[in-house]
Amino acid sequence: MSSHHSPDSAAAHSEPTGLWHRPLKKTGWVGFLTTVDHKKIGIAYALGALFFLLVGGVEALIIRLQLMVPENELISARLYNQLFTMHGTTMIFLAVMPLSAAFFNYIMPLQIGARDVAFPRMNALGLWCFLLGGILINMSWFFDQGAPAIGWFAYAPLTDRQFSPDIGTDFWIMGLQILGIASLVGAFNFITTILNMRAPGLSMMRLPVFTWMTLITSFLIILAFPAITIALVELMFDRHFGTYFFNVDGGGKPILWQHLFWIFGHPEVYILILPAMGIISEVIPVFSRKTLFGYPLIIFSGAVIGFLGFAVWSHHMFTTGLGIVATTAFAFLTMLIAIPTGVKIFNWIGTMWGGRLRFTTPMLYAVGFIWMFMMGGFTGIMHSSPPVDAQQQDTYFVVAHFHYVLIGGSIFALLCGIHYWFPKVSGRIMDETWGKINFYTVFVGFNIAFFPMHILGMTGMPRRTHTYKEEMGWAEPNFWATIGALMLGFGILSCIIQMIYSYYKGAKSPNDPWGGRTLEWATASPPKEYNFAYTPVIHARDQVWEDRHGTPEKRMDKIAPDPEHGIHMPDQSWWPLITSFGIFFACLGIVFFRYEFTFFGSLSYTNGIGLLVVGLVVTLVGIVKWALEGPGGYHLYPDAEDMEEIRQSQSKN
Amino acid sequence: MSSHTDNDPLEELKKTSTGVENKKLAMWAFLASDCMFFGTLISTHLIYRKVYPDVEDVIDIFDIELTGFSTFILLMSSFLMALSVSAAHKNNLPSMRWCLGGTIFFGLIFLGCQVYEFQHFVFDKDLTLSSSIFGSTFFVLTGTHGVHVALGIFWLGSWLIYSFTDRYKRENALDVEVAGLYWHFVDVVWIIIFTVVYLVEYIEF
Repeated sequence: MSSHHSPDSAAAHSEPTGLWHRPLKKTGWVGFLTTVDHKKIGIAYALGALFFLLVGGVEALIIRLQLMVPENELISARLYNQLFTMHGTTMIFLAVMPLSAAFFNYIMPLQIGARDVAFPRMNALGLWCFLLGGILINMSWFFDQGAPAIGWFAYAPLTDRQFSPDIGTDFWIMGLQILGIASLVGAFNFITTILNMRAPGLSMMRLPVFTWMTLITSFLIILAFPAITIALVELMFDRHFGTYFFNVDGGGKPILWQHLFWIFGHPEVYILILPAMGIISEVIPVFSRKTLFGYPLIIFSGAVIGFLGFAVWSHHMFTTGLGIVATTAFAFLTMLIAIPTGVKIFNWIGTMWGGRLRFTTPMLYAVGFIWMFMMGGFTGIMHSSPPVDAQQQDTYFVVAHFHYVLIGGSIFALLCGIHYWFPKVSGRIMDETWGKINFYTVFVGFNIAFFPMHILGMTGMPRRTHTYKEEMGWAEPNFWATIGALMLGFGILSCIIQMIYSYYKGAKSPNDPWGGRTLEWATASPPKEYNFAYTPVIHARDQVWEDRHGTPEKRMDKIAPDPEHGIHMPDQSWWPLITSFGIFFACLGIVFFRYEFTFFGSLSYTNGIGLLVVGLVVTLVGIVKWALEGPGGYHLYPDAEDMEEIRQSQSKN
Repeated sequence: MSSHTDNDPLEELKKTSTGVENKKLAMWAFLASDCMFFGTLISTHLIYRKVYPDVEDVIDIFDIELTGFSTFILLMSSFLMALSVSAAHKNNLPSMRWCLGGTIFFGLIFLGCQVYEFQHFVFDKDLTLSSSIFGSTFFVLTGTHGVHVALGIFWLGSWLIYSFTDRYKRENALDVEVAGLYWHFVDVVWIIIFTVVYLVEYIEF
């Protein structure tokens, strides 16, 4: 690959941008910390998410070990509360969402034939905010009272200063704010990229389903996250400045927190599941060797799920006494959401029907997803009926329900995606035998862990209880649930080890090992820095499949880059990293606003405001320098191999 | 390269799948998100207003003449902003600078009125963040809006200064337009806040 700087960008490079010159090094620490390449950022997202998945998994296993036998004394009640709070927060915000974001980053631009996302530096800001937000939340473990013990939903008035005086709650509040920034800047970027940077001929109704679900999820993020952001701001004011938003003393209504939280919280569960549905919709047609059955219906159903997702939040609050009209309306709308979801399930089954199925590891996870997600969906429909819900509220039945949709749904689909796209990312393929052994371990372990929870819930075992009496008769299902959880944990760990092994030692993969249908399979594995040497001109929905098996007039045209101009690539930058550190320190300052550090037993020190001001100044400087620096850019020229490929395709047409 | 330079750089930016520039599309997405931010804050205020109608003597606290004046000033700043964007697109830099300067000046007047209003409420009317639930919701809502105005002034001020440097290019008209979108939005939000927080208090049932 040859790289030259065109005269105009060379001038920009020699121009000093303040403290630093623009970083140009692509490798090593500088290359990693300043990268704007959506592929590197996607991999970094995945590594961070897998790390936090293991952290959240260990928290879950400690919870399960505590519940393994009645009246267990393994951990204290407070530590138990901290563990389930951090388990929920970690898995939702630090594992499943960023793992989905990893696929958005890596796969989506390839699927639309783009060279990068619309705002590459903003993408880097999202990555750093995600990592620093995760660090901020988990820092709480190292302060005197430890992590928050408020549940991932943080219901008022428990979060009031009076009932939760610990600093862990403040860490939780500000950590989620940083993660909110990460999700929001990512979502603005993806919306712009998908709407604006599609390859010629790639109309909206030719977009791969995964890209469609990325778009819908991004819209859910930008419309749902503000509710939690403001709710957290109000909670922060309550705790630091004595306002009364949720404080009963001054007339605040704790129920308002529940409404604001679930206006965010319910779309959030679709933010977790729609990317999973997108992955499944990519994998099933490939391994059924058929086009996706009912493509427009799947897209439309996804959009309807996203839309209705904003109208059902109060089904989390049926037992709070909303009144008959509100309860009926929310019950009705909740049942309605089952229809588009069912449509998708039938479309996936319809795709497999009559197809020439290949049960590779990704396909096993995909089929496992359909089955497990349906089971979670059925219990979901049960909850939509208020009288039934009143019986199940806060029991293990609910725990069983959402683990079926989040592990059996989201995690299965994300593992499916990892196995499916691993050859694209690494150029190596994961071993099928080990993949299948891992799948069955995960599948069996998951069902042993969570199926008994249905029975536990039906017989009345409450959630968030750190132990139980032997006479309740819950010992046996709990014992098996713990065995299953250990098996599930072992299976996930084994998957991750296999990933690491395959990255270094796996068999070399061709560019398209599966017979893929979408555009990412048309380019090299791993893709070159510029993704595509040519501009693909799209003529069909399953373009890569048409190229191989379709009629000549549906073959993709390849437009070679201007031989003089080359391929324009964005420049690296330090400012996203610096800006995210500014945000991090500002939030840390707010956390420490009322916290007194004591050194040597007597010397006390409070300087939250100082830290806040420093953080805000760094953020401001970061943003101004970012703007002055400009997107920059340099030019790359495709190598001889790529040019040969373009020439061949042009002579063929 | 030569084929690109002949064209209007502003038109080049429109060569996207939708025909809308990337920055403008991202700004619209941000504004959709910002609607939800303010929607949550305004809802909080109105809910508590309905639950506790008599928590404060609101008409006694408010100074509607002053707020009406500052609302009018903010509205006029939006008019100047529209003129700035128009001048930027015509590449009429002197006119753009005057209009941007006017927009910033009016924005500063609005902020000054708000600062005066806040200190008046706190010191003369004893309305603070923790005096009552009305104080909590009122200050956090209008304060958030004030922060938006302040950021907008900073943003427009940056473009005003930048336009005097030789780094300012033809395609920066789009950036001024995007900043203008933000400014108009903040203005529209204030019209809503002025109506539902201030004006409705004066309706006699």
